[in-house]
Amino acid sequence: MSITLKNVSYCYNQGTAMEAHALKNVNLEIPDGQFIGLIGHTGSGKSTLIQHLNGLVRATSGEIWYGDRNIYEEGFRMKELRSKVGLVFQYPEHQLFEIDVFTDVCFGPKNLGLDQDEIKRRAVESLSLVGLDESYYEKSPFELSGGEKRRVAIAGVLAMRPEVLILDEPTAGLDPKGRDDILDQVAYLQKERQITVVLVSHSMEDVAKYVDRIIVMNHGEAVFDGSVKEVFSHYKELEAIGLAAPQVTYLMHGLKEKGFDVDENATTIEEAKASILSALGR
Amino acid sequence: MRSITLGQYYPVESPIHKLDPRVKLAVTLLYVFSLFFAKGPVGYLIAAFFLALYICVSNVPFSFIVRGLKPIIFLLIFSVIFNVLLTPGEVLARFWIFRITKEGLSLAFYMGIRLIFLIIGSSMMTYTTTPNQLTDGLEKSLGFLRKVHFPIHEISMMMSIALRFIPILVEETDKIMKAQMARGADFEEGNLIQRAKNLIPLLVPLFISAFRRATDLAMAMEARCYHGGEGRTKMKPLHYERRDFVAYGAAACYLGLIIVARVLL
Repeated sequence: MSITLKNVSYCYNQGTAMEAHALKNVNLEIPDGQFIGLIGHTGSGKSTLIQHLNGLVRATSGEIWYGDRNIYEEGFRMKELRSKVGLVFQYPEHQLFEIDVFTDVCFGPKNLGLDQDEIKRRAVESLSLVGLDESYYEKSPFELSGGEKRRVAIAGVLAMRPEVLILDEPTAGLDPKGRDDILDQVAYLQKERQITVVLVSHSMEDVAKYVDRIIVMNHGEAVFDGSVKEVFSHYKELEAIGLAAPQVTYLMHGLKEKGFDVDENATTIEEAKASILSALGR
Repeated sequence: MRSITLGQYYPVESPIHKLDPRVKLAVTLLYVFSLFFAKGPVGYLIAAFFLALYICVSNVPFSFIVRGLKPIIFLLIFSVIFNVLLTPGEVLARFWIFRITKEGLSLAFYMGIRLIFLIIGSSMMTYTTTPNQLTDGLEKSLGFLRKVHFPIHEISMMMSIALRFIPILVEETDKIMKAQMARGADFEEGNLIQRAKNLIPLLVPLFISAFRRATDLAMAMEARCYHGGEGRTKMKPLHYERRDFVAYGAAACYLGLIIVARVLL
């Protein structure tokens, strides 16, 4: 189901000297099945925003609708919302606590009150989705490598079979292969299961490669919201708020200035390649 | 979790914030002792007046201070009830095996007041003093102990690290709690045993992260050649100003009043 934010504002430590506005009047619509990239510099309100989407943080003012229901209305079951909107926090490996990998992944579905067989089935399924085979099931989460721990943590959220999956910088601190593995897996899931994905990232390349739509946050406001090409065509404004466009976009702009007839809005290497080759007449 | 304000620093400008930490330490200690020394309504009125003045000058909002009392409310109610029910003396009412006595009521009342003042009085120090200032002050005030080979620098360093870690661990707790709630954990429902069990997903990661932070910090200190207090100088050495003497004077007046009240009444 879609998520709609209406005039959502959030303020930390309201009424004290440490008061800080994390979100200001955010209006957003997150429809079904979209792959959305959320970018913004550190402290721009991205993490606060995503915690609103599954009701972990309550907006100081404004409304959030999940489908046709206001999540702040009396009797709305937050626990149910959290099973539908899965949130993978930054460094999710820090939340692992069980004695072995399999039991840890079972934690989410167990909280949903499912029966034993279904819990096991989901755990097996989500562990295979993140590429961990049976040899890992019995291992302690604390003897795994950083990348493996992170996969376990992501599997823990996937096991709840969310309709909307939110990932807060899932690739921070991973090597290039670990990063590609995780993002490819997420993209596959999004296509295969038609789920909505919100990806918070600092890598413009990753965002350009995977998402359909970009939302840019700055000082608690959503300043840009549009398709990848649309948003990255504002690369000068993005730079002014501490962000950038993918490197190929700069290359293409440079080539255009030098008089080559290329598409300066190319955002991925494949697009750039095709455009350069056609400009050179090959 | 963020609602725990006890022991936090409240960053505003005020004459109290500017005071030398040694003054605040001494005044706080003195105030704590005076609370045990004070007697009768007049003594406590003086203590209340002094505390109110202190809070006024410090610019820390009263609502913030009251919020700081929340975590100890259970302890407070507990000790008040026990005092009411278990003090022998002139019986006012009785039921089952308990009897409420006149002495019990007055003891419970003063006990409650004393506890509240104690907590507010000592947390005023942390509201107005950064942990760094606090340990600096402590190290300097207790510097004489070094003569008898007491590792005062090491102890104050441990204290400042412990204080520094409180907000970090609170934040960490908040984060892990949210992460587990996102996986459907519930920290509010169930009976006592169920609730205690529900805390495992919170406590295990919290302990692990505390250990991780501790080893990281030890490594970072080692990498910067930390070797204890020997020959270490301060970036901001402490020295008394006029306002510090004024504060000492005010504290002395207060102590005088308390003593007079106790002796005369």
